[in-house]
This record gives sequence, C-alpha cells and structure tokens, in this order.
Amino acid sequence: MSALTWWIIAEPNASGMTNATKELISEAVRQGGDVSVVTWGDTSAELVDGAGRYGARAVLQLDVSTGFVPGAPVAAAVAALCAARSPDVILLPSSYDGRDIAGHLSARLDRPVLTNVTALSVDDDVVTQHQIFGGTKIASARITSDGVALIVVRPKSFTAVEEPRDVTLERIDAAPSPVTPVVITESHLDERTGPALGDADVVVAGGRGLGGVEAFANVATLATLLGGAPAASRAIVDAGWVPYAYQVGQTGQTVKPTLYVACGISGATQHLVGMKGAQYIVAINKDAAAPIFSVADFGIVGDVNTVLPALNALVRSRTA
Amino acid sequence: MHIVVCVKQIPDPSAPAALNADLRLDRSGKVLLDEADTYGVELALQVGEAHGESRVTLISMGDATDLSGLRSALAMGADAAIIVSDPALSGADSLTTAKVLAAVTNDLQPDLVIAATESSDGYTGTMPAQLAELLSLPALTFAKAVRVTASNVSIDRQTDTGYDVVTSSLPALVTVTAGAVEPRYANFKGIMAAKSKRIDVLTLTDLGLSALAGSWAQRVVSLDDAPQRQSGATLVDDGTAAQALVDYFVSIKVL
Ligand SMILES: Cc1cc2nc3c(=O)[nH]c(=O)nc-3n(C[C@H](O)[C@H](O)[C@H](O)COP(=O)(O)OP(=O)(O)OC[C@H]3O[C@@H](n4cnc5c(N)ncnc54)[C@H](O)[C@@H]3O)c2cc1C
Repeated sequence: MSALTWWIIAEPNASGMTNATKELISEAVRQGGDVSVVTWGDTSAELVDGAGRYGARAVLQLDVSTGFVPGAPVAAAVAALCAARSPDVILLPSSYDGRDIAGHLSARLDRPVLTNVTALSVDDDVVTQHQIFGGTKIASARITSDGVALIVVRPKSFTAVEEPRDVTLERIDAAPSPVTPVVITESHLDERTGPALGDADVVVAGGRGLGGVEAFANVATLATLLGGAPAASRAIVDAGWVPYAYQVGQTGQTVKPTLYVACGISGATQHLVGMKGAQYIVAINKDAAAPIFSVADFGIVGDVNTVLPALNALVRSRTA
Repeated sequence: MHIVVCVKQIPDPSAPAALNADLRLDRSGKVLLDEADTYGVELALQVGEAHGESRVTLISMGDATDLSGLRSALAMGADAAIIVSDPALSGADSLTTAKVLAAVTNDLQPDLVIAATESSDGYTGTMPAQLAELLSLPALTFAKAVRVTASNVSIDRQTDTGYDVVTSSLPALVTVTAGAVEPRYANFKGIMAAKSKRIDVLTLTDLGLSALAGSWAQRVVSLDDAPQRQSGATLVDDGTAAQALVDYFVSIKVL
C-alpha cells in the first residue's frame, strides 16, 4: 500500500505556526503519511520552515483573505482542492476556526467529521479515539465509507517531534465560496501577561472554593511567581470572575503542563478531562472527599484562602 | 423578524451517563432542555422583542416521547416548535442532523438562525457550521455578544487571545456561547401558555428525506476504560501546608 496523503489545516499565526499544527504534522508523519500543510493568507517563511522541520513535504497556500471568518471560504477552497487531488485524511485543530472549517467542509464534501479526537490509528480505515464521560471511557470510531476522512483533534493529543525534510511552497488560486462572507471589522486582545494558557509549563487554576473574585488574585500571583498561567473552572467563568479564555475542561481549554495546581476546585469530570494529562497535579480543597484528590499527586486538605497567601509569601521569599 | 433556534433535549447531565449495548448514549431517562440552548432561546426572544412583529420557532431532532425540554423553551416565550423524530435517525451523526434541520429551516425561511456552539451531551460542535453551509448562510460563530439590525448582524466572536467583531448581512446563522445573554426563568404565565403552544412532530417521510435513514458513514466500534491516574499523598493542613508545597515544587523542579 502506498503512503496515505494527509493534509493538515494550519491557521495563519503571528509566530509562524501554532503548537497544534506541529502536533498534527508530527502525528501524520508518525503514521507514515505523505504530509502537506494547507494554509491561507500571507504564508510566512516561518510557517514554511516550520512545516519542513516537523516533516511536511509541502505547504499549500490558498489565496483566501484573512479579513473574513475562515470557515466557509477556506472550506470552499479546500473542497475544490480535494476534488482535484483526493487526499486520504484531513486533520484539523479543535480551535474556533478549525471547528468551523471542519463543519463547512463536511457539508460541502458530504463527508462525516469526527471531532474531539485524542488518538488515532490506521488499518483499512482511520480509527479515532474519543474520551467520553469526562475522560473515564474511551470510545473508538470508524468512518465506514470511501472518501476523505475529516478529523478534528483536541490540542495536546500528540507530541510534536522534529523530523526535518525538504519542503516546497505552492500557491493555489482558491475556489470562491458561494456563501456571503463574514467580515472581521475589529480585533481585540485580552490583557494577559506571562505565557498563554495552552503553552504554559505551570497552570494555577481557581474554582468556586475561592469564595469570591478578590481571592482569584492569590491564584494569579502564584501563577506569576511560578512563571505560569492562571486558569479557572467553569463555575467561576460563569460567575463572571474571569474571562472564558481562562476556562479549563470539556467546554474550555485542554492543558498539559508540567504542574497543575487546582485551588478550590471540586474536580467535576468535565473539568478533569481538560487537565488530567498534566505531569503533576496538586490540589488544595477543604473537603477531603473532593473528587479532585483522586487525580492529585499531592493533595492539601485545607482552606485555599489560608494556604495560598502563605505559599505565595514563601515562594516570593525564595525567588526574591 | 422570524428567528429559528436549534435546541436539543438531552439526558439530565447531572445523572450518570451510560451507553447502550449498541454503543449509543442511553437516552431512555427523563430529558431536559440543554442548558447550552437557553442562551440561544433568550437571544432570540431579545432580538424579537427589539424588532416588533417577530416570531421565534424552535427546531429540534430527537426522540419525541417526552417533550418537556421543548416545553421549557416555549415557557420562556418561544412561539412554536418543530421536532423531527424518527427511529431511523437513531445514532445519526452531526452531518445527518444538519441535513434534517436544514430541510426544516428551508421551509421556514427565517431571517436569523441561532444555535449553541455545541450540545452538552454529544459536544461534537460542528452541526451549526454544517447547517449554515447546507443553507448557504453566513455563519457567525462563538458569539460572546450579538447585535442585530433589520438587515445586519454583528457579533463579538471569541478568539484564543480575545475577540473579533465580525459582521454580515441577514439572513445568517449565529452560534452563542454560555454567558452571551442571561437566560430568563419561565414564569407561571409562561409555563401555562406553553402547554397550548404548537409542537409539530415530523418524520423523515414528512420531510421527503427517507433516503437519509441510516445513511451516515461513521460508527462507534468499541468502548474501553481510560487509564486512571494514581493519586498520591495528602496532607491535612495544620499550618505546614505552604512549606510542604514549596518542598514539593522543588522536588519536581518547578522551583
Ligand atoms: C456540559 C457541561 C460542560 C461543562 N464544562 C466544564 C468545563 O469545561 N470546565 C469546568 O471546569 N467545568 C465544566 N462544567 C461544570 C462542572 O460540572 C462543574 O460544575 C464545575 O467544574 C465546578 O466548578 P468548581 O469546582 O469551581 O465548583 P464546585 O463544584 O462548587 O467546587 C468548589 C470546591 O471548592 C471547595 N471549597 C469550598 N471552599 C473552600 C475553601 N475555603 N478552601 C478550599 N476549598 C474550598 C469545595 O469543597 C468544592 O470541592 C461543565 C458542566 C456541564 C454540564
């Protein structure tokens, strides 16, 4: 059997390439695929270099404007390219734009799409794995008809490994979408210092057990002292204490830091699925029976609002 | 203005979930309106109220034995509901769902279609974009805030780093995140009124879509236990927890 053709849909990114793109290229290379990166907008030299560094053979650049929400126009261009070149597998990141493109592409190609994928293997078909019931069970799924497999992958599912290869850049005239474009008129950046949540080596997360929004300052301080990022359970995002971008879990971000510190978080399955992959988990909770302790490498049964200020003072005195 | 809201009746998320022998979600218990859909219903009602002469129609697909989830949304103030319910759709994938809801929406010719970003039970998260594409409607997704005029819609669209303001003409499809609006509680009058509001239950044959039965090309083939994490030591704080944590951080080299 000749190598399958894998396309990785890569979002244009200021720093060249998202971590998700690196992870997806690496997995496709690991599966023995012939890998191309499909992107749009002004492709940077960093993206092309990066694609080659992780083992892609080609970058296919669609001339779709980044001034539009990409779902429909990128899907139309990719669908036309699929008709001409018949790839076997298309991997997309489980990001806002990745999910949009996957949905539009699925409808245009009349192909099913498998989402929330955390592992995959290839036999006669592509078999995907999905964590369900808060990550306590793994369901395996299979696409049962011939045609391209559309697969949306959760971040941090695969490890990025460099595998340098010569890479070519091909610019492609995009087939237009019949759908009225959605125009991006403004972009706003949330204020955030320190590493992005998805990339942070240390994540310190707060939950309802903090008791109030003021106590989140202790969480943010510990994150800063450890060079990490602050995060939150959905309970306090819904309560409006912190922005949605802080949310970890099934309906928020998936993180895989070296250390995750859960402060006043009960450990609902929907939260655990977003952080169980951390190398070390520390939990501070006043209820010894809280489910978070079942995944913690080190648990403190105590009051967050006593432990955190004391901890911050000690860490500050060490790092000063 | 005619507004269509996609809603789903789901098993109680606080009850333990289970799969049936055929590896499909057990939906035999009581169903509720997906909490994620209450934001869309609220948004539709607010947009309708702001534009006078409006109508809010709920559309859904799923088992219609128990309609209490749809009644909850009608009690909030929606005008009518249509649910496509057909045993031949059991286990349907998101694309099939989108095809069914597209057929229903086409008959209604709405100005605005609203959906949640994902359902709380399946959370595939692609159905709205598939629906928009099938209907050739612009899709404004992941809205944290929505502004609708007589001919345009503009949203604050969630991004990884903040949000974008994005705009298109109507008709269009919008997906809303939790917190975009504050869903109202149904009052007694609403609950009573909902009892007599119209709910149409349609089959695939009614929609001329019999060919869709069992047509989807993805199957769950097995279910396994995920590897469990082992838990480690715990310490009941007696004033030494902060120092113990510092020592732990040093031992794992984050300090
Ligand atoms: C479809 C769906 C999707 C969801 N998605 C997510 C998601 O993505 N992410 C997410 O986080 N949740 C999600 N949830 C919500 C989830 O089920 C929980 O409700 C939520 O995670 C609880 O947040 P919490 O742990 O902060 O609050 P709680 O469950 O209220 O826990 C608070 C904890 O703080 C402890 N505590 C109280 N006071 C103190 C104190 N002084 N010191 C120390 N400890 C204290 C308590 O013992 C308790 O364990 C989802 C739910 C559903 C239904």
